[in-house]
Amino acid sequence: MRIVIAKPGLDGHDRGAKVVARALRDAGHEVIYTGLRRTPEQIVRTVIDEDADMLGISSLSGAHAFLFPRICQLLVEAGCIDVTVFGGGIIPVDERPILFDSGMRAIFGPGTKMQEMSEFVGAVISRVSSNQPVGVGEGGDWVWSSGE
Amino acid sequence: MGTGYGLAESERLPKTIFEQAISGNRRSLAKLLTAVENGEVSHELLGISPRVVDGSVIGVTGAPGVGKSCLIERLLSTWTSDGLKIAVIAVDPSSPLTGGALLGDRIRMESADNNPNVFVRSFATRNQPGGMPNAVVLAADVMRHCDYDIVLIETVGAGQSEIRIVSVADRIVLVEAPLRGDEVQAEKAGVVELADMIVVNKSDLEGSDRAAANIISALEVTSNPPPILLTSAKTAVGIEDLAVQLRTLPAKPGAELARARERLLTAWDSALLSRKDINEVLDGLASSENSAQEWVEKNLRW
Ligand code: B12
Ligand SMILES: Nc1nc2c(ncn2[C@@H]2O[C@H](COP(=O)(O)OP(=O)(O)OP(=O)(O)O)[C@@H](O)[C@H]2O)c(=O)[nH]1
Ligand SMILES: [Mg+2]
Repeated sequence: MRIVIAKPGLDGHDRGAKVVARALRDAGHEVIYTGLRRTPEQIVRTVIDEDADMLGISSLSGAHAFLFPRICQLLVEAGCIDVTVFGGGIIPVDERPILFDSGMRAIFGPGTKMQEMSEFVGAVISRVSSNQPVGVGEGGDWVWSSGE
Repeated sequence: MGTGYGLAESERLPKTIFEQAISGNRRSLAKLLTAVENGEVSHELLGISPRVVDGSVIGVTGAPGVGKSCLIERLLSTWTSDGLKIAVIAVDPSSPLTGGALLGDRIRMESADNNPNVFVRSFATRNQPGGMPNAVVLAADVMRHCDYDIVLIETVGAGQSEIRIVSVADRIVLVEAPLRGDEVQAEKAGVVELADMIVVNKSDLEGSDRAAANIISALEVTSNPPPILLTSAKTAVGIEDLAVQLRTLPAKPGAELARARERLLTAWDSALLSRKDINEVLDGLASSENSAQEWVEKNLRW
């Protein structure tokens, strides 16, 4: 899988994103890390130019409620409906449904084991190969729940 | 994942995607490059002939951390403000064990994300010998067809990839930086003899003059030493000069044979690795006492 890991907005907490990027690489994926402080537009362009299969976005600053849905919307507008979007950071549980509604398929909070993220990516791969919706604009109500 | 996933059936044909890419559609170019990277398309399939060497595909190599990506960013902003369109292929190594890769050069290239006249694509080596994916040749040709005036190829300056770059790029720029045990470095790296230009970057740091002096003295013993330039990607000193010189940089005379050799080796490696039975061959070698040397002597005759 080609996976873009991005840090949108002014949030400077990049430890988690880097840990996740390295873990996904170690799980055998090609990971493109964008670096800090990217706008939603820049992130979408990276996803397009790199022809990524998945986009992982990280936020610990509380701006996820605005930034994450915006990124999803721009991806759909650009025609990238098949890209799977997931994310992590400090994201209160009661704020997640709105993110899932915008097309995200998983949110991982602090302390998530890398094993679980790998399992998520595995689930995405098997959904793609069986033609089940998993992209940001493909609809359906599948979201990752741990222990699946 | 498949190359055309998300596109309508009729749009998945390489030729159609190529036409859309030529007409300026970034997403089509990106999808086509994936197909190129996966070895799914060829020059013939796209109806183009291999490019004639004209100095427009430039390899940028050098040890990790010398400032290749930062220099490329400087070139991107200089050249695009002159009205040029520039594409970049940034090559990073794949892990031989897991196949995974962390592609991080883009981070240093601001223009990659917002300049409409720039297209940056990261390539993993996918464990091709010499650290240079064979697909880079076609990828660069495709980019040139899509109206990009110059294609820059950044490669990790470790091991052989420094030398393999000569088989894909028209011109080679070797980047050095101070404080890296310079003298020895310059002498042992074979690419010094193949480079069309040597850039000593980080000239803002103490020691860059000495690094340049060391390289010059190492080169004095070779014939036809290439031009050496001092730059700082940090302060932009020397960048204008670099940007101008690179546009008309002549190929280093006397390096033709060495280049031909690398091209042959690259073609040979890729022919070997695309054998239908390559996995059986590898399994056989891994699980038996037979040496690779024996296998070659027995199976490869010409
Ligand atoms: C370290 C830290 C810092 C460091 C950051 C260093 C760095 N370069 O990353 C420094 C000191 C710079 C810092 C500064 C600030 N911080 Co701070 N910081 C933390 C702290 C203690 C730990 C974060 C961390 O690195 N964790 C380790 C990593 C590995 O975990 P993680 O990021 O959560 O990632 C995991 C998961 O979330 C998930 N994940 C994360 N991203 C992604 C992405 C994807 C795609 C996936 C799949 C998964 C995933 O996977 C990871 C592994 O399990 C947290 C508190 C906490 N316990 O979380 C506060 C915290 C995040 N900081 C906070 C704040 C307020 C700040 C400051 C604004 C001011 C301040 N009070 O210090 C500044 C702002 C900096 C800025 N410019 O944005 C608040 C945020 C509050 C909020 N969101 O409402 C927190 C929650 C502390 C608190 N309880 O108040 N901080
Ligand atoms: N002082 C100084 N630092 C520089 C200069 N150019 C680059 N750097 C710094 O050197 C580090 C590496 O720069 P990169 O451009 O990523 O180097 P690179 O050669 O592309 O590195 P790899 O892709 O990892 O091989 C960064 O921290 C840059 O900020 C320069 O001219 N002067
Ligand atoms: Mg680099």
